[in-house]
Amino acid sequence: MTNGLLHPTRRGLLLAGGAGLLTAALPGYVAAQASPIKIGFQLHRTGIGAAYGRWYERTAQAALKAINDAGGITGRPVEILFEDDATDPKRGSEVVDKLTQSDGCDLVMGTLFSHVVMGSAPRAGELKVPYLVCSEGYHVASGALNRWTLQPGITDVRAQISTMAPWVSQNLGKKVTMVFPDYAFGHDHRDFFTAAIQGQGGEVIAQIAVPPTETSFTRYFPQIPAETEVLYHVMVGPAVLTFVKELGEFYGTGAKPQLFGFIDSLEAVDTATPGLEFLEGSHFWEAHPRVKAADAGEHEAAYRAAVGVDDNGASVSDAADVSTYSHMFSTWETLYFIKQAMEAAGYTGPADRQKLVEAMEAISDLPYGIERPQGAKRFNGKTHQVFGSQNISQVQGGKLVKVHTTTIDEGLYEDAVDYTTMSF
Amino acid sequence: MKHWTLHLALIAVLFSAQYWLSPYHATNLARIMVLAVFAMGYNLAFGYTGLLSLGHALLLSAGMYAAGLPAQLWGWSAGPAFIAGIVGGGLVAATLGLLALRTAGVSFMIVTLMFAQAGYLTLLYFAPVTGGDDGFALAPASRTLMGIDLSTDTPRFLTALAIFATGLLLSLALVRSFFGRTMVAMRENEERSRMLGYNPFTVKLAALTLSGLYAGAAGAAYAILFGYVGASFATIQYSILPMLYVLMGGAGTTLGPFLGALVMFALIEAATGLTTAHQFIVGAALVVLVLFAPKGVLGTIRERWVRWLP
Repeated sequence: MTNGLLHPTRRGLLLAGGAGLLTAALPGYVAAQASPIKIGFQLHRTGIGAAYGRWYERTAQAALKAINDAGGITGRPVEILFEDDATDPKRGSEVVDKLTQSDGCDLVMGTLFSHVVMGSAPRAGELKVPYLVCSEGYHVASGALNRWTLQPGITDVRAQISTMAPWVSQNLGKKVTMVFPDYAFGHDHRDFFTAAIQGQGGEVIAQIAVPPTETSFTRYFPQIPAETEVLYHVMVGPAVLTFVKELGEFYGTGAKPQLFGFIDSLEAVDTATPGLEFLEGSHFWEAHPRVKAADAGEHEAAYRAAVGVDDNGASVSDAADVSTYSHMFSTWETLYFIKQAMEAAGYTGPADRQKLVEAMEAISDLPYGIERPQGAKRFNGKTHQVFGSQNISQVQGGKLVKVHTTTIDEGLYEDAVDYTTMSF
Repeated sequence: MKHWTLHLALIAVLFSAQYWLSPYHATNLARIMVLAVFAMGYNLAFGYTGLLSLGHALLLSAGMYAAGLPAQLWGWSAGPAFIAGIVGGGLVAATLGLLALRTAGVSFMIVTLMFAQAGYLTLLYFAPVTGGDDGFALAPASRTLMGIDLSTDTPRFLTALAIFATGLLLSLALVRSFFGRTMVAMRENEERSRMLGYNPFTVKLAALTLSGLYAGAAGAAYAILFGYVGASFATIQYSILPMLYVLMGGAGTTLGPFLGALVMFALIEAATGLTTAHQFIVGAALVVLVLFAPKGVLGTIRERWVRWLP
């Protein structure tokens, strides 16, 4: 009996068959490996959040390029599909739907405004798609949302505010008057700072809530008690310039309290803008110092170059285009968090979404590096919230100069929820 | 008879849509049907009775919070919450009408706008209860009706369709009734109606209250079917939207509100795929509509070709 093409042996047949099967499967395997991971980005391109949205998009694009240049995620290229939600909760929910069901994204990320997060998270939970917000709201850690919603890229406002109290009481004064907008953002500041400053032996001696429709503030200033040592202000929106100008006119050249504010008031606004002179010498919370700090980390320059931001925190192509520097890093860090979790979970496609969330919940320490240019973080898998250090900067010569950095531990608080016990 | 056939045919087509639309488009259709209920209510006030309101966001949010708050605070299930939403919308509309209907025309627009703004600020002021501008997500238990989870695709679609179909058939019956003709009389010539012995105030109050029942039903349905309650639904944007839907579809036509909501939704979907300046496209489409078809799509069709269209 002769062996050959016409008379193959059994072993030969098995080998040939096996090779054939491998060859047949190879294109599918290669295609699966090469097909991109699609990340849906719920973007505030229009509406009240547009200034943030513009920078969120730029930062996410920069992180995307860096990740793809380094080989993508699990060896696959990554693409981001941006979809405008008009900073509206109803549209936000529709965008989550579109990105997930119509565009086939593996997950959705990027939302900043709290009301859009609140409106969109239920839909993400229904679709069982990971929804990673970059919002700093306390909505995730408070337990108001669901197993599919996480905030891995930015510290929440409760922790941010709480970490400010020790420094304020030790350096600026213990008798604080708060001026805040009379809605959820302002109420978070009112509640968390009042509690935190009491813990430091200080007290809030007056809380002045300003309705969001107000355009002039002169009638509120006489309510500021004379013994006020620190004026804590968190006005936001177009009225900020009027607020600061009128506050300056109210105090004139006489004695005034120390001013402490949150940079949310002045994100995307140049601190040297005419009319803001009254802020000279005052202090602000910043998550990520807009003006490059003297002791900035080794990756700060590379991050700024990648996003296209100069050392003053403005666009390299337009010095008047000031960034939202204390928030936008969250999109960069969230993308790297996704990369880490996907690689840990061996993520291959939407069928692995639950495994992906479990891998995210298992993440804890996130060291400083190019993946986290704002600083090291600690992720709490139970509350789905990340915690990082915060900064305090002083306006000196119209520029923000960092004067203090908190530790991560200062911002930690007891867990209000354990999402890991909830069903998917 | 052909009126009823036409409307029942639309409901049948919508029912069949769940079988031939993708889950994504079916969910969007559920959203459109809920929005269309809101617009149908607006149409009863504006399209048939001539009450140009800029305060319907107040009625939508009244229904939304009347359903959402008992669900959030006391764990009400979807059925009682939905009924509370309808009643809430109707009660607020009746109260609004008692005060605002002392005015007419531009003054009525301004007074309704003012009340809606006051309603929005009230929601913000009572943030510890209402959740303020952030709002709140409804718990799964409150989105359940007789053991059926309304947050899943098919029950949600069928519930939205049931609410829409009920609203549509009731509005058809209403506008073809004696009272419906009285509403139109108020729109066409209030003084002559008064001379003929009608009381314009009570007719308009009844029309506005009916409008509020529809808006309340839509607000409650949105809360229960899509799981979110928030003050953004009380902003001026949601007073303008039903007006646009009605103007687009055809004011004073029973099917106009649905068509308007459908076209506007589709327009936004299509425009976002084409350009980041999608709002410009939507705005341009509205300008073209006002210039070339001021009576809306169905209003123009009725004027030129299908005279019997209700």
